[in-house]
Amino acid sequence: MQYAMMIYADPGYAEALPEADREAVLADFAALLDDARCVTAAQLQPAETATCVRVAGGRTLMTDGPFADTKEVLGGLCLVEAANLDEAIELAARVPVTRFGGTVEVRPVVAR
Amino acid sequence: MLASLVGFLGDFDKAEEAAQEAFAIAAERWPRQGEGEAGGLPANPGAWLITTARNRAIDRIRRERTLAEKVRLLPVPETVMDVMDEFDDTVIKDERLELIFTCCHPALPLDGQVALTLRALGGLETGEIARAFLVSEETMKRRLSRAKAKIKATGIPFAVPAAHLLPERLDAVLAVLYLIYNEGYSGRVDLGAEAIRLGRVLAALMPDEPEAHGLLALMMIHHARRRARFSGEDLVLLEDQDRSLWDHAQIAAGRAALDRAVALGGRGAYVIQAAIASLQTAERIDWPQVAELYRRLAELTGSAVVELNRAAALAQAGDPAAALRAIDHLDLDGYLYFHSSRGELLRRLGRDDEARAAYQRALELATSTPERRFLARRLEQLAAGPDPATPP
Repeated sequence: MQYAMMIYADPGYAEALPEADREAVLADFAALLDDARCVTAAQLQPAETATCVRVAGGRTLMTDGPFADTKEVLGGLCLVEAANLDEAIELAARVPVTRFGGTVEVRPVVAR
Repeated sequence: MLASLVGFLGDFDKAEEAAQEAFAIAAERWPRQGEGEAGGLPANPGAWLITTARNRAIDRIRRERTLAEKVRLLPVPETVMDVMDEFDDTVIKDERLELIFTCCHPALPLDGQVALTLRALGGLETGEIARAFLVSEETMKRRLSRAKAKIKATGIPFAVPAAHLLPERLDAVLAVLYLIYNEGYSGRVDLGAEAIRLGRVLAALMPDEPEAHGLLALMMIHHARRRARFSGEDLVLLEDQDRSLWDHAQIAAGRAALDRAVALGGRGAYVIQAAIASLQTAERIDWPQVAELYRRLAELTGSAVVELNRAAALAQAGDPAAALRAIDHLDLDGYLYFHSSRGELLRRLGRDDEARAAYQRALELATSTPERRFLARRLEQLAAGPDPATPP
């Protein structure tokens, strides 16, 4: 079954890391993307680049996002194919930011 | 039985339905003695029920067209009712361990884990669980169906975790059982007994896990003293308990489980707590040894409450001044037993005014009637003047 992994992190956490840690983060993330179970993945531009869109009365309304009450913002997405939740959790635990205070939200994808 | 069905069907609701149907058929058929093949008690009632339930479930699934895809995946046994009696319990796989790990999966909310464990493994009715946790039956029903829905929707596996995940996941299972036990310990004895029953099942299914035996030992030794803990409404301290009210057979069984845990090399938190509980049931309690075990437990858990217990053991070992020094730096101002322990130590040191203040603060924090009565009595005794046995 497919699971979405939504990666939440402090903006710019990677830049704040020592050189060695930063290299490990990049290598670990690359290894995860290379895993056959990783269907697709995307890293997002900073939250300041977000635009929120709604449609009201036929008019398209735009606001700039987000709403930075929380320190952690959505920084990336990953879609994986896993046998069950335990396997998906193991993949999620390999997302480097989980070692540096970040969070990965794992949700099953509705089968189509 | 439910474990085997969930394992087979991969679905809690279907398993429960199938089990109910099988029981209904049995209730109708078993009492009919001497009416040929279809009547009377089968040679192996347990296997009969499981096989009947499986066959019923398969029938049902076949009828549901939307699940046609799944039927092809089910290994459909060629069994029919009349050969079923040849089944032996040993050929039915015991899948209770898988069920425990599914029910106690950390992805489920803790209250859901507890409820599901009691429902699926303990076989308690939803209403019974609701009453034990003082919520309405409707609330408990929702809690259970949310947990079951999450298992299904998120693909929580029906499996014993792989070896590298096992230690953490076993900790989660033990925590759920101990939580159930502690609900029972605060007065509702039936849950305590239920937790012990589940603990026995777990220890039997995982015979080489010291912490499973440790938890079982801890629960049994505590449970054995339950009748002595209260006198009417009043709380009775360990040293004042009437030992003839203890269940000595259960203490012995708990010690046997502890011995097994230690023999397996167990040095974990449950094993240490069981060892402390065991020492405390001795005729003459070895308080220095108890204090030493609390020191090790504090190292493992980093818990200030454990430090507090270590201090109490130091005081019992004859050094209330050292005990007071050990707890005065603890940051436990909102904790009832911090203040009652300080009160006790100050009283022993003859510092009555400070003792009164500490007991007063404890009384402000106490919520249960027995605790309030106990503290109020201590305050009265202090008001009545110095205990002649207390050194000046």
